[in-house]
Amino acid sequence: MNLDAFLIPPAETARRRGPHDRIVMSSRVRLARNIRKAAFPGWAKKAERLRVLELIQPAIAALPEMADAFFGTMDRLSALDKQILVERHLISREHAARNAGSGLVLNRPETLSFMINEEDHVRMQALSPGLQLHQAWAIINGADSALEKKLDYAFSPELGYLTACPTNLGTGIRVSAMLHLPGLVLAEQINPIIQSVSKLGLTVRGLYGEGTEASGNIFQVSNQMTLGESEAAIIQRLEKVLNQLIEHEENARASLLERKPKLVYNHVGRAYGILANAHSISSKETMNLLSLMRLGSDAGLFPELDRALVDELFILTQPAHLQKQHSEKLSTEERDLLRADMLRERLRLISRPVIPPPAAAEGGLDKPAD
Amino acid sequence: MLCSICQKKEATVFLTNIAGDKMQKVNLCEECAKAKGMDDPTGFSFADKLLGLGATQEIEQAGGEKGLRCPVCGFTQSDFRKAGRLGCPECYETFAEPLKAVLQTMHKGTRHVGKVPETQRQGHNLAAELKQLQQKLAKAIELENFEEAAVLRDEIKQVTARLSQHAAERPV
Repeated sequence: MNLDAFLIPPAETARRRGPHDRIVMSSRVRLARNIRKAAFPGWAKKAERLRVLELIQPAIAALPEMADAFFGTMDRLSALDKQILVERHLISREHAARNAGSGLVLNRPETLSFMINEEDHVRMQALSPGLQLHQAWAIINGADSALEKKLDYAFSPELGYLTACPTNLGTGIRVSAMLHLPGLVLAEQINPIIQSVSKLGLTVRGLYGEGTEASGNIFQVSNQMTLGESEAAIIQRLEKVLNQLIEHEENARASLLERKPKLVYNHVGRAYGILANAHSISSKETMNLLSLMRLGSDAGLFPELDRALVDELFILTQPAHLQKQHSEKLSTEERDLLRADMLRERLRLISRPVIPPPAAAEGGLDKPAD
Repeated sequence: MLCSICQKKEATVFLTNIAGDKMQKVNLCEECAKAKGMDDPTGFSFADKLLGLGATQEIEQAGGEKGLRCPVCGFTQSDFRKAGRLGCPECYETFAEPLKAVLQTMHKGTRHVGKVPETQRQGHNLAAELKQLQQKLAKAIELENFEEAAVLRDEIKQVTARLSQHAAERPV
């Protein structure tokens, strides 16, 4: 099946809403599972990886929630398609680098994806908009319970689910949320916050996971430990921290607008100025400026701007998505020109930020109910 | 917490590095972190040299001089050291000893708590029951309570039989 025809346009996915989605862009729960009597993908020979793929893929395809699913093998997908999947967080960068013997099964709404022969035989994840860890867990737990009837999982009563890397041992669960934290970054409070979160046994990463930087003021927070604590306890612990982070971010935004409104207006105004008028712009600069527009939109500075447009542009301006819209192979410089063209066009009807009169600003920003 | 290098400033960079069989925790102040290239995620190899103790030694000691080798997949201790990952599920048996120390520093506990596959739950319960019976048996023998020991031995036989029958019924 053709991936282009399968994937949902970003204009549509950007419109999905969830609780606290001003700050929590998405929630994700990932489980690592392996089958008994087979070497882990990193150690298995190609023939064994193919055997495992052929064993697991039909078992996943037969799940009721995977009706009309997309199935692709990593050797048949083009480099561009793999990059598109990475930009949408549907596969990891590690998986994109894999080849024969590795595959992907993705459900119709793109909320459930199974990476076969990534670091483990199966890495399955449920993705939900906003803060919905429990919902994501319920979805993936259900899929996992159905799958365990067909696959003989490597499980030990002592150590739990056996995984290629000891860091995932036990529950094999990674619960994470993608947070938009421009307020904490502008208020220069982000570093102490990241430190205290790290001390709680949680990990803070950039947009695309391990070793990536936090462009666009987007951070991923996830659990680090997987053994010795139940799934429910891990989810609860993360959720508690996320609720605190939401509160800190809301407070940082409110206090910035009250104490340093000019700083916020300056950042948002400049971001708008550049995005709406530039003729060449990199994807990194675009992300950072779109983040500020998103902040401005949340603060009511862009009355005619639908935040879904900003979220759509977050996706569409990334390198592979931009390349996809053009048939000829683009160089980085060409992409920067086309990206700027797209941004000018899409922001044509958005007026520059409206600065509230001083009297209104005095009361601070009302927190919109989520 | 003070910086592990200068021992003067408050540490603000907390680094846990797992490379091969090496698990290291390093706490650095911002300046030392920058000076040592720790703000660069590819510069981790420095951490190997920085605190090459603890887990590494334990792994090597537990493995003996020749090193361990998984009888199922052929994965060796030096492979483990290089990859930081294991070869197959059976490796957890083979490398159980050296893994102990690693798991202790890495996780909240060393025993699984949480979901158990339905198909293995019965086996899970049986295994727990078996363990309990074996402990009781050991105690009975220690107290020279041989009558009870004989009863326990029969029970253990039964549970073991049920356990192996259960294993045979698992999906392939």
